Amino acid sequence: MDEILHIAQPEETPKAKEKGRERDKTPKSAPEHAPLRAMEKIMGAIFFLCGIIAIVFVLFISVYLIISGLPAIREIGLIDFLFGTKWASTAAEPQFGILPFILTSVYGTAGAIVLGVPVGLMTAIFISKVAPRKVAGIVRPAVDLLAGIPSVVYGLIGMIVLVPAVRTVFGLPDGATLFAAIIVLAVMILPSIVSVSETALNAVPKEYEEASLALGATHIETVFRVSVPAASSGIAASIVLGIGRAIGEAMAIMMVAGNVANMPSLFRSVRFLTTAVASEMSYAAVGSLQRNALFSIALVLFLFIMLINVVLNSLLKKSRDK
Amino acid sequence: MEIKRLSGGRRAYDRTLRFLLYLCAFITCALLVCIIGFIFVRGLPHVTWQLLSTAPSHIRQTIGILPNILNTLYIIFVTLIIVLPLGVGAAVYLTEYAKNRRLVSAIEFATETLTGIPSIIYGLVGMLFFVQFCSLGTSLLAGGLTLVVMTLPTIIRTTQESLKTVPQSYREGALGLGAGKWHMIRTIVLPSSVDGIVTGCILAIGRVVGESAALLYTAGMGLTVNNFFEAMGSSGATLTVSLYMYAMERGEIEVAFAIASILMILTLVINLSAKLVGKKLKKQ
Repeated sequence: MDEILHIAQPEETPKAKEKGRERDKTPKSAPEHAPLRAMEKIMGAIFFLCGIIAIVFVLFISVYLIISGLPAIREIGLIDFLFGTKWASTAAEPQFGILPFILTSVYGTAGAIVLGVPVGLMTAIFISKVAPRKVAGIVRPAVDLLAGIPSVVYGLIGMIVLVPAVRTVFGLPDGATLFAAIIVLAVMILPSIVSVSETALNAVPKEYEEASLALGATHIETVFRVSVPAASSGIAASIVLGIGRAIGEAMAIMMVAGNVANMPSLFRSVRFLTTAVASEMSYAAVGSLQRNALFSIALVLFLFIMLINVVLNSLLKKSRDK
Repeated sequence: MEIKRLSGGRRAYDRTLRFLLYLCAFITCALLVCIIGFIFVRGLPHVTWQLLSTAPSHIRQTIGILPNILNTLYIIFVTLIIVLPLGVGAAVYLTEYAKNRRLVSAIEFATETLTGIPSIIYGLVGMLFFVQFCSLGTSLLAGGLTLVVMTLPTIIRTTQESLKTVPQSYREGALGLGAGKWHMIRTIVLPSSVDGIVTGCILAIGRVVGESAALLYTAGMGLTVNNFFEAMGSSGATLTVSLYMYAMERGEIEVAFAIASILMILTLVINLSAKLVGKKLKKQ
């Protein structure tokens, strides 16, 4: 019984806690409660283990990536690895420079953001502020559905529709280019941008908007000059989330980017950090430098993602605190 | 009416932005309609009974996706059966037990980090740890375990949200009647948040069905029909992985589109059921 009371009042002072413990020791705790109490303790421990498992997973993934990623970097040299412009892992004299992949990932992501953010943000504003209820009730599930489409399906459509279209429109020998990848990525990050921005816009206090309307601003002026700035940190979070999604996407761009380790250019076949890992992993021999270098690429990608996560978290916190 | 009284500049501003809003929302919806329409038009005619009910045969020169359907079901089952207790347990710990605020925020940060890690990295670490270190081999079990790590945040978040909606008075009532904490959780808290747990499961299933990069090097590309226990020990391609294989390596675009239309139907069903359960949750 005492134990129960003790649990029911989590805010009790340390002194009271001590008292409780003292009381526990008194013979009042009947022996038939012992198994029950042991059960409570065991379940408490099990829940604690489940609770910290997420932390364990994250630490485990980080340590594993660092351990398996460092050997190749040490062998190749950090500068040569990060800033080498040539990747020829299977050549007679192999070269492992991943600058093309890093730049491709950065350019590809930037391109996807440039295309995806305006459309996504406008859609979010439309759903949150402008659309009649019924219309919003159609557009919102559509966005959710867009988020649920598997990335290989995006890749397949990109491969069959987009790549030939890019080839004929721009008169290229092959349409599998950075440009095609950017368009696919832009569509894929759209739902995350819409849903996070919409949440932020919905959280803007009504008073702000009412004040603006009372001062004579039109509805649209209010939305763009009051609501959007007020939701700016949430909108920024949505953009960062989009960046994370775009940098991490592998399968869809593997199907549309052509997968050649060129320095990035809009109408050239390129390879991203993610696709560099995915495309060579199947045939790199175990223990070879090539395979270790792939782990190093994954480590670089992981560092990018961790950086993005930290920024995202602080932005989300900021928008929640508001 | 109001707009008529505005100056020309403001009117133009208003009109242009309003137009852009409608345009962008239209683009978003049109994208969805085009994608779904295109997939169904190209794919549905090729979804035949033979495709759904057989394994690929070199002798008869036919392609069937029965193994892939089975593999997808197996991997959903394995993933859920492991991730469910872990995720629900973690959520219970966060809402019912945890008192140390720092630990709670550390756990929440870790959960959000797990959400952000790209699936190719899960695939890589899964391959290194489950396939090689634990010597499970390229198998559905290794793939399922990799997906457990991936779907954990989804289960934790949805369960946590629904645990928070259980009224505090329920807990106080149970404890006041002399129930132990675990007894209270088992009989009061978990049953009243079952909707949230179900939503979490549906979302996790959605993630498992759509996942490919994490499975390519953990679950592999096997195409034979196995029973559940055989499948756990042997490599098997899920629907998404087989779509990738048929499209990229075998050039069987029609089969790829047929698989894509099945995946789209699954996505539709999953989204719809998540929404229905969510609505029920809100009503309570």
